[in-house]
Amino acid sequence: MASMLKIDNLHVRVAGKDILKGLSLEVNPGEVHAIMGPNGAGKSTLGNVLAGRDGYEVVEGSVTFEGRDLLAREPEERAADGVFLAFQYPVEIPGVNNTYFLRAALNAQRKARGESELDSMQFLKKVREKLAVLHLKDELLHRAVNEGFSGGEKKRNEIFQMALLEPKLAILDETDSGLDIDALKMVADGVNAMRDPARAFLVITHYQRLLDYIVPDVVHVLADGRIVESGDKSLALKLEEHGYAWIAERKIAGAA
Amino acid sequence: MAAVLLDRLLDAGAAPASQAAWLDDARREAREALVRDGLPGARSEAWKYTSLRALAQRAYARGDAGAAGRAVEASLVALPGVDGPRVVFVNGRFRADLSQLPATSGLTIAPLVDVLDDTGVHALLARRFDDASQAFARLNTALVDDGVLVRVAPDAQVDVPVHLVFAGVPADGDVAWQSRVLVELGESASLRLIESHVGTDGQAHLGNHVAQVAVRRGATLDLLQMQVAAEAGVLVRRSDVVLDEDARLNLRTLELGGQLVRHDLVVDLAGDRAQLESRGVFALHGRQHVDTHLDIRHLARDTRSDMVWRGVADARSRGVFHGAITVAPGADGTDASLANKNLLLSDQAEIDTQPLLVIHADEVKAAHGATVGQLDERALFYLRSRGLPESEARALLTLAFCRVAIDSLENPALRDHIDAVLLDHLPRDVAAPTAQDAPNRP
Ligand SMILES: Nc1ncnc2c1ncn2[C@@H]1O[C@H](COP(=O)(O)OP(=O)(O)OP(=O)(O)O)[C@@H](O)[C@H]1O
Ligand SMILES: [Mg+2]
Repeated sequence: MASMLKIDNLHVRVAGKDILKGLSLEVNPGEVHAIMGPNGAGKSTLGNVLAGRDGYEVVEGSVTFEGRDLLAREPEERAADGVFLAFQYPVEIPGVNNTYFLRAALNAQRKARGESELDSMQFLKKVREKLAVLHLKDELLHRAVNEGFSGGEKKRNEIFQMALLEPKLAILDETDSGLDIDALKMVADGVNAMRDPARAFLVITHYQRLLDYIVPDVVHVLADGRIVESGDKSLALKLEEHGYAWIAERKIAGAA
Repeated sequence: MAAVLLDRLLDAGAAPASQAAWLDDARREAREALVRDGLPGARSEAWKYTSLRALAQRAYARGDAGAAGRAVEASLVALPGVDGPRVVFVNGRFRADLSQLPATSGLTIAPLVDVLDDTGVHALLARRFDDASQAFARLNTALVDDGVLVRVAPDAQVDVPVHLVFAGVPADGDVAWQSRVLVELGESASLRLIESHVGTDGQAHLGNHVAQVAVRRGATLDLLQMQVAAEAGVLVRRSDVVLDEDARLNLRTLELGGQLVRHDLVVDLAGDRAQLESRGVFALHGRQHVDTHLDIRHLARDTRSDMVWRGVADARSRGVFHGAITVAPGADGTDASLANKNLLLSDQAEIDTQPLLVIHADEVKAAHGATVGQLDERALFYLRSRGLPESEARALLTLAFCRVAIDSLENPALRDHIDAVLLDHLPRDVAAPTAQDAPNRP
């Protein structure tokens, strides 16, 4: 099977500092990959590089998405290709209405893909469907993008956007952080409702709890800019129990 | 240079005749002051960022002799959601045929020529402008022969908006016109007033406009000033407002059009507890030069002013914002704040902002800030990561930045219209979303 996302020996420098140091990862359609790792390891950097943020210098390696060089594409092209990043820290944008923004974004993507644009009736119908799954107050839709949203509301808004934009590859950067237990379940429900043989997820998290609800096919440990360990769901449990030091010790033991 | 321009503008010898001796005196006095001090040059502090040099070569005719017959497109003078009395001036000339002046209880609207024997009109029209930097106001007094009086009787709550339109349309050549607006709200009266400056392209007139506004005790004025003059137009304006005890002015100002624009906005909080709320935006492109001077004077106790202004400059345009707040001796308990944020969209654009705070009283609360920056890269990336093309994302963020000026307008049709006009005036090299697709406000 051809992989959807193929990251090969990726080296990325940010502000003159090497952050990713030879990261390789392959994700197939239909799979859920969890990425765990200590603070500052480079997890968000990976998400940002994949989404096309400025200021991340790729010094070596390659990323292909559905066989195409992803790194050569503009952020909006990647979005239209089907790449979605749920931000660790969603941005507040005063003065830009959430509904307007989402419709403009969805239609821009559809236009780029040669699909017909949705009129406001069609769009609102879609919005209602997705809202119901996430139990989001539709009052949030009438506000400015993320402005004055609580931490949890921002995270749920990210998932709502994902549901609406229906990407092929969704990267969730600590979407579970700061969520109460009910919100966590809603987010998981939102993700699970979208699981599909043609869609893949990259779930960045610090907590194995999320993985009880969103069961991953593979769990990776990202430390010091590369994947140092991969395994099945049980790896997350071991990490929870022993911490990241355990990996380092095992490596040393293995090397000895 | 300025002297040549002044001679031309004054067109020596041809003083317009009036029916009132006091007016002739006021004109003569203004003319003498003008001839004595001249137009402001490079050494004038108040004009140091705005040069009149470019005007010296222009051969302006004094007024448009054919103004009464000029055709004007209806779309130029109409405003969506605004359906009330309308007063239209074309190239500085009152046009009864284009105006609608339905009888409204408590409201008087009259061309100045019809009310010259009114003492209130006398006091305002004959007002002296003592400072040499007020040269254009002097010029206006020296030459003015058309204008309008808007007066609201005490206690009258006028519930239809009054729309004043000053339109510039092509004439036989470039013309310089003077226009004058006098507004008086009686005690405890209220009025919504819209002052539009519009123009069709293909003309490069010089409009010199003075608005004098008196808001009496306990009265409230909502004033929307929309300046969307023609691309090549030159517009010099002075808005002089006096707020008496417990009077209130809610001001919205948009400066979008014109090639060379100067606006002096002077508000005297003259009575105890007078209040000013001012929201303004200038959005410039091409080679526009727009200079806004706020001169807010707290002259009485417990007065409040709250000003939020935004500026955007693209291409090779230049914005100047001078925001001065003065708290006079004895104006204790004043609460004043001015925030001016600006956005530079191009390396060659420039915005000069100078906040100025002078306090001579006690127990004063004053806040004051000005910044010049670029679009927030994080917000830009966020929008793009969702699929919005960069140009659209930039336009959306720029519009959002400017919206502060109109967010509180209650008329939705008018708000949408202003949104569309704003979009229309956003940077040209940034393909903005189309006007009919104007985003709803949050
Ligand atoms: N713009 C930047 N300038 C300088 N350093 C940066 C920048 N962006 C990221 N870094 C650094 O890169 C490293 C990796 O950051 P990143 O945000 O990818 O970590 P992370 O694995 O997501 O951590 P966390 O679990 O805390 O979210 C950190 O040391 C961070 O300080
Ligand atoms: Mg992170």
